[in-house]
Amino acid sequence: MQEVIKKRVKELFDNNTIVRAIGWENGEFFYDHTPAVFDSAADMDVFVYDNFCASNLSKYLINHCAPEGKTLVLLKPCDTYSFNQLLTEHRINKDNIYIIGIGCDGMVDIDKIRALGIKGITKITQNGDELVIDTMYGEKKCKKADVLLEKCLSCKGKKHMIYDELISENEDEMPQDASKRFDLVNELENMTSEERFAFWQNELSKCIRCNACRNICPACSCRKCVFDNSASGVASKANADSFEEKMFHIIRAFHVAGRCTDCGECTRVCPQGIPLHLLNRKFIKDINTLYGEYQAGETADQRGPLTDYTQQDVEPTFISDKEVK
Amino acid sequence: MQVNSEFKPKIVAFCCNWCSYAGADLAGSSRLSYPADVKIIKVPCSCRVNPLFVLRAFEKGADGVIICGCHPGDCHYSTGNYYARRRMTLLFSMLDYLGIEKGRTRVEWVSAAEGVKFSTVMNNFVSKIYQLGENVKLGDLRCRK
Ligand code: SF4
Ligand code: SF4
Ligand code: FES
Repeated sequence: MQEVIKKRVKELFDNNTIVRAIGWENGEFFYDHTPAVFDSAADMDVFVYDNFCASNLSKYLINHCAPEGKTLVLLKPCDTYSFNQLLTEHRINKDNIYIIGIGCDGMVDIDKIRALGIKGITKITQNGDELVIDTMYGEKKCKKADVLLEKCLSCKGKKHMIYDELISENEDEMPQDASKRFDLVNELENMTSEERFAFWQNELSKCIRCNACRNICPACSCRKCVFDNSASGVASKANADSFEEKMFHIIRAFHVAGRCTDCGECTRVCPQGIPLHLLNRKFIKDINTLYGEYQAGETADQRGPLTDYTQQDVEPTFISDKEVK
Repeated sequence: MQVNSEFKPKIVAFCCNWCSYAGADLAGSSRLSYPADVKIIKVPCSCRVNPLFVLRAFEKGADGVIICGCHPGDCHYSTGNYYARRRMTLLFSMLDYLGIEKGRTRVEWVSAAEGVKFSTVMNNFVSKIYQLGENVKLGDLRCRK
């Protein structure tokens, strides 16, 4: 797959269809590929595509589109939702962009492999649904399904929502257990209020306010962010038991409510392992139940649920007066 | 005697300029009483209330936050309160999800002619906050003396 993509992108450079391409290259280690901008066919030599290309490249288009000519972007199925959302919000211009939709059969979380007790990893190759792991202490194996990234566990399906051309072998594959997506949200909802408070106090007090979750998010694309304003009261790290982190997290999630495509990038990049998707999914779940099923980024011309209303919407007192557990 | 009996809830009320702010005025001029600890902040429309306003009020020591706007269909800007309605519903539900007492927040629709409703709404809200007691979960430690 990597070589097929590389060859095709080089071709597009050579016949002047594109002047730039956004893809991935090797990072410090073979398992931390980073987003990269390629300006010529020769640059593409270092391009990689394998189990560690989790980062969603759509947001890079805002700042890295070539000033003239077309910029190519490689999008996995889930990334196309974010792309559509950025189009909806007029943050990018489709006329300057050429999309190759590339197939994906799930991205791997290196930490989950390490958690299996596999150390000193030097190389990983895929063989069917199995990963063969070369380590300093010999060869190990594991099932790929056991070490998928959190976000891939609730894959929306392998279909690309938008593309100019496709390089994919599993376009029609449907998610297997999409129904599990709200399991943890339901579990939390069924706890008592005190238990929920303790759960979130524990999780959110780990936050170091690095802002990685905000920076990675394709829905968070304001030029000026409230969290960068020192007068906002949410610009710094506060005492662990103050309300400040919760305020940050409620507002972060609220600002993307109705626009979050559930791409899972925020949870993936959090260095503290905070399950941010459980906040986003609470909003998604509430929106689905109160205002009708909605998937942000499914198409580029939807009206988001928070920029819409009906005269029959429930009153906020429906929540305020609900019995407290 | 319990310290709690000394408790005087601090309430922030965001009131829309075109309706409930005038409603509060009418309540005043009709000599209807509502608790003095309700601090009114005038906003141009209920949809001006950003979720961060609500949270910041709590952070700075409010025990309850109430938002009052024109009745659905009567918004001076036609549809502002419909948007506010969705936003606040989701916000309150999120507070509940984090284990924070959602009863500390409320939205009510009060017109300029409803001085009586204004005073009832405020009295009810304040007595609810009395029951919930002091806001501990939402305050900022650094703001506490
Ligand atoms: S909030 Fe998280 S899951 Fe949602 S769009 Fe942003 S990065 Fe993706
Ligand atoms: S990425 Fe994690 S630690 Fe960093 S600000 Fe977000 S939640 Fe906090
Ligand atoms: S003007 Fe009163 S709610 Fe919009």
